[in-house]
Amino acid sequence: MTAPRILLAGDAALVVEFGDRVDPALNREVRALWRAAERAAIPGVLDLVPTYRSLLVSYDPLTTDPDELRERLLEIDAEKGSLDPAASRLVRVPTAYGGEFGPDLPFVARHNGLTEAEVIEIHSGTDYLVYMLGFSPGFPYLGGMSPRIATPRLTTPRLAIPAGSVGIAQQQTGIYPVESPGGWQLIGRTPLRLFDSGRQPPALLEAGDSVRFVPISPEEYFEIERGVRSGLEALAEGDGGAA
Amino acid sequence: MIVARVLDGGLFTTVQDLGRVGCMRYGVPPSGAMDRAACLAANALAGNAPDAAVLELTLVGPRLEFTAPATIALAGANLGAHLDDEPFGCWRAATVRAGQTLWFAGPEDGARACLAVHGGIDVPIVLGSRSTYTRARLGGLDGRPLAAGDRLEIAGDVPRILADARQLDPAECPVYGHAHDIRVIPGPQDDRFTPAGMATFLSSTYTVGAGADRMGYRLAGPRIELADGADIVSDGSPAGGVQVTGDGQPIVLMADRGTAGGYVKIATVITVDIGRLAQAVPGDTVRFRAVTIAEARTALREHAAWLERIGSTVTGTAGATAAARRRRAAAAAAAAVARILAGR
Repeated sequence: MTAPRILLAGDAALVVEFGDRVDPALNREVRALWRAAERAAIPGVLDLVPTYRSLLVSYDPLTTDPDELRERLLEIDAEKGSLDPAASRLVRVPTAYGGEFGPDLPFVARHNGLTEAEVIEIHSGTDYLVYMLGFSPGFPYLGGMSPRIATPRLTTPRLAIPAGSVGIAQQQTGIYPVESPGGWQLIGRTPLRLFDSGRQPPALLEAGDSVRFVPISPEEYFEIERGVRSGLEALAEGDGGAA
Repeated sequence: MIVARVLDGGLFTTVQDLGRVGCMRYGVPPSGAMDRAACLAANALAGNAPDAAVLELTLVGPRLEFTAPATIALAGANLGAHLDDEPFGCWRAATVRAGQTLWFAGPEDGARACLAVHGGIDVPIVLGSRSTYTRARLGGLDGRPLAAGDRLEIAGDVPRILADARQLDPAECPVYGHAHDIRVIPGPQDDRFTPAGMATFLSSTYTVGAGADRMGYRLAGPRIELADGADIVSDGSPAGGVQVTGDGQPIVLMADRGTAGGYVKIATVITVDIGRLAQAVPGDTVRFRAVTIAEARTALREHAAWLERIGSTVTGTAGATAAARRRRAAAAAAAAVARILAGR
């Protein structure tokens, strides 16, 4: 890999750019630099934001010289090595497909000339890469969905989509972390909380994780949901931190 | 303790501080006061720490009835503040009595004011900050703007009063006006624009659109020519980033911006001018001027010195007294060290 480009983003941030495409290898370079820069704990650096293809480095402009920071980042990049594949997490996301949890599953099946069971099998039969978080708190940009279940967005977006909904929009699949309006085709729902501001870290997933959707029954959905809720209650009472 | 009842929330009044640091990786924007200088100044005048939470008022301020004595300070936009029947000037602190009402007649200069209460507005800290991010209902007062019936609280259970009313020298108070000269540094994607596109951006007058809010300032004006379309694979959103959409119009990314975006960014507003842009109201005009990093740093240092002066030269302040005491103590310590070393 050639050295990245380092671009000015005003007087308080630099962008370390590895390319302009969606590519797991390129994203791995971004994450390797992210991890290495975090370990380096560069004084004056306030935030590191990994994306598909670049790392945004925010710094305190009163104490940090961008030329020196640029040199330091290039040094760290040259020495960063590659990420240990064994260190990446596989996060299983239990998902109830169809029915009230995924009202658009029949449409996605029809659109692709498949049965509902085949859509579930294809969607849950692949591991997805979390390229980055963004769009809304805790929202994972997932890569790796089979084109066999690609489906256009709804023509009229829904006003309120429940948190945890798993959807498809064109070639992408995603999970809504919080209740929000949206136009994705909903095929299922997970009882896990993707974002909880009282948790550390607040997001369930992070860039570089692998995600596997695991089909569960409605009964299992409600059982896990009760568990998640009592865990949150315990957290709210202050005794859940160690649990 | 409760210091005030909200009789009317105003247009969009939220609790803000200096924002969340280190949460963009989770998709959580920094939020915080749009005009940081106004937040810092209000806190300095009210005798607070710089990161105390304040109310950020937008164009139409709230109506607050104080239920306990309190020292309050206003900085930033002049929104026509009144305490009961008397005008309440901006960039000053004053002690109010229980039963008095603070209200706002309407915007006179600027868009956003910060109202600090001595002791700091007390709401739970969420992800390291008290700032409100309404889109995800995070922080502040249940993650939403103030509404009638809300109560404002400060920490502790006794009223906190600052002995002397502080006021900024009127010569030091900013005037925002309606034509804004905003300095930018080209990039990060300036190479995605034609030379003519960059020239248009830097020589034209843009108008602030009606939808300008905490997320972004959408501007309208001459079309900025793109070299190769407006779309990029999403990358991080810096504060003040100037996105250009497919129709060639700029949007400046503000405190509640999406953490990543897929539009090309022609330039980035320098730190000092982000807060000045936040004082622009719909219909105001903006002209962008390219500067170097060195010029941006000089502007930032001057700005920091100005803020320092607010913290120390305001009339008769407890803070300044403490600072003077610290300076005297430091000088005495330095003299003692020099005396001892002189004998060796």
